[in-house]
Amino acid sequence: MTPARGRLDPLGVLLTAAGAAALAFLPFVLFKANRILPGDPRGLLQALPAGTVLGLQALLLLVAAVAVFVPRATPRLLAALAGVAALSLALAAAADALTPGGNKVVRVAAGPAFWVPLVCLGLIATDAITRLRPGPATRVLLLALFFAAAGAALAHGTFDNLSVMREYAVNADRFAREVRQHVWLALGSLVGAVVVALPLGITCHRFPRLRPGTLGTLNLIQTIPAIALFGILMAPLGALADALPWVARLGIRGIGAAPAVVALFLYSLLPIVANTVVGLKRVSPSAVEAAHGMGMTSWQVLGSIELLLALPVILTGIRVVLVQNIGMVTVAALIGGGGLGTFVFQGIGQTAIDLVLLGSIPIVALAFSAAVLLDALIEVMDRARA
Amino acid sequence: MITLEELSKQYGNTTVVDRVSLTVERNSIMVIVGTSGSGKSTLLRMINRLVEPSGGRVLLDGADTRAEAAHLLRRRIGYAIQGHGLFPHRTVAENIATVPRLLKWDERRIHARVEELLREFQLDPQAYAAAYPHQLSGGQQQRVGVARALAAEPGVLLMDEPFGALDPIIRDKAQEDLLAIQRRFGTTIVLVTHDMDEAFRLGDQVAVMSEGRLLQCDRPAVLLTRPADPFVARLTGLADRALRLLSLTTAGEAALPGSCEGPAVPASASLREALSELLWRGAASVAVTGADGAPCGHLTLAAIIARGRP
Repeated sequence: MTPARGRLDPLGVLLTAAGAAALAFLPFVLFKANRILPGDPRGLLQALPAGTVLGLQALLLLVAAVAVFVPRATPRLLAALAGVAALSLALAAAADALTPGGNKVVRVAAGPAFWVPLVCLGLIATDAITRLRPGPATRVLLLALFFAAAGAALAHGTFDNLSVMREYAVNADRFAREVRQHVWLALGSLVGAVVVALPLGITCHRFPRLRPGTLGTLNLIQTIPAIALFGILMAPLGALADALPWVARLGIRGIGAAPAVVALFLYSLLPIVANTVVGLKRVSPSAVEAAHGMGMTSWQVLGSIELLLALPVILTGIRVVLVQNIGMVTVAALIGGGGLGTFVFQGIGQTAIDLVLLGSIPIVALAFSAAVLLDALIEVMDRARA
Repeated sequence: MITLEELSKQYGNTTVVDRVSLTVERNSIMVIVGTSGSGKSTLLRMINRLVEPSGGRVLLDGADTRAEAAHLLRRRIGYAIQGHGLFPHRTVAENIATVPRLLKWDERRIHARVEELLREFQLDPQAYAAAYPHQLSGGQQQRVGVARALAAEPGVLLMDEPFGALDPIIRDKAQEDLLAIQRRFGTTIVLVTHDMDEAFRLGDQVAVMSEGRLLQCDRPAVLLTRPADPFVARLTGLADRALRLLSLTTAGEAALPGSCEGPAVPASASLREALSELLWRGAASVAVTGADGAPCGHLTLAAIIARGRP
């Protein structure tokens, strides 16, 4: 029986076709005799026993059927997640099967027949979540569940024979340090920016004549590329450290974390200042007038009326900055600032793509989590005051 | 009692309020009317020092309002504005509790006062105390705004076009409620409006302003019968001034002794309503009934006509 053409899900058809084509024609894994040799492509059947392959294909076929024919969002989401789990476990199994026991030299990396279907399944899941419109709490819960599942699999050692995890095993102690450094650089520059940008935004709101000059200057800073800004900061920070020994003792030098934090701080100012101004401008003038009229002091009006009402907009600016910083900290590794970018640039230097992934996958995960968490927070605050 | 002495406000070279002197008696309602730009809102806002006067002074029960910090002064004066100005992030109860909290009342007293006011304004505390302003209708929001202004039992209430955003039926009810509340608490009210009907209905005294100057301040009937200025006559309405005058007197006040057959109006109705009833029925006289429905007098067309002349 053929369902009516109108009932086919167009996105599902497209993604199924792409995923199926990748699985059929592209290598599932890349086998390397050692870390820097080019990969030797292996299809599904070359990597896994026939039974496992059949099982995986049957499950993916089922997922595809749901994606194409079932319009309801919940089964689509569950099917996509099941597909992701099956695909990941198949990848782990392929890595186990291709690695001779005890051999730490061969590398088995995910190939395009893994990545393309993974992206397709991810899009189906994202689409389903968008259609479900889950509340903020549910979204945070989904994120936590995802990390719990991934964390459990990693802790269990499911993926230990995969090349990325091999890189992790070699760099385990550095990895924890660089993650901390990455988060510290991103959050530290954000906190500094909030401390400066909030009063600056409030001042710009109070004195509109300051607005064009301030926002114009911050806009100009945004147009300077990150590397150039690092370069511009090196000379003055280096000179400062030379002139004042106590500054140098604080760890402030021309290279390293200091110019990175200063640059990120400067980039962070514009979104927060601009959103503070917009948020305060959006506050109902009659609420402010009533607050003054009832005898609140100017500070009380600012603290308990204006800023609270502007908070969702200000938080939106902070969200932009946090996600932007998590990404830009990567570049800080170039000037010795540390962070996960260290792995990325080392990997590029050594043409070791697995090392690049070891750096970039956590960066994406961090940025994504920050976005989900802050979006949920903003929605909770916005909902209370509609 | 509120006394304004030679009160002026200049912005640069523009004079917005020009040497206005005015006295508002205790327990009365003073309505300030004028076209937009007449300076009436600025005058009102100088009373609680939201606008600082350029010249002259304001006395509140004989004391100069500049003797204390502006924000402390404002906590003693109720303030309600057009579009209610409720805080959207605070519940109805929290909104009403604003000034009591500023005055550091204890929580029990605040809670009791909020409940009392909600009942007073026909809002069930169970249903509305925890609601947010956006969940209320326009009329309810406006009532919460007035309740909030009265929360700390101020002796003086300033209102800037408080009913301007309401539709006619709800506005009518809101005006009625305000009169009832004023009679009950004896609050001294200064209200700014551009609506002459509202001014005549609410004001014990009506002050007419134009271009920053006070043209006349009198009882509504005097404004109609003896306007001090052609502008006052125009503003109060030349075409329907007789009807306006009739609307200031109730049927009960004007009733003649003895009853009559035919249509009846309640004693609380205005003469304007009684006249309308006569015209509608094509009758020459109408009975007046008291609150209990029993006749307490009657009105004739001639008696009404006599009342509609200066």
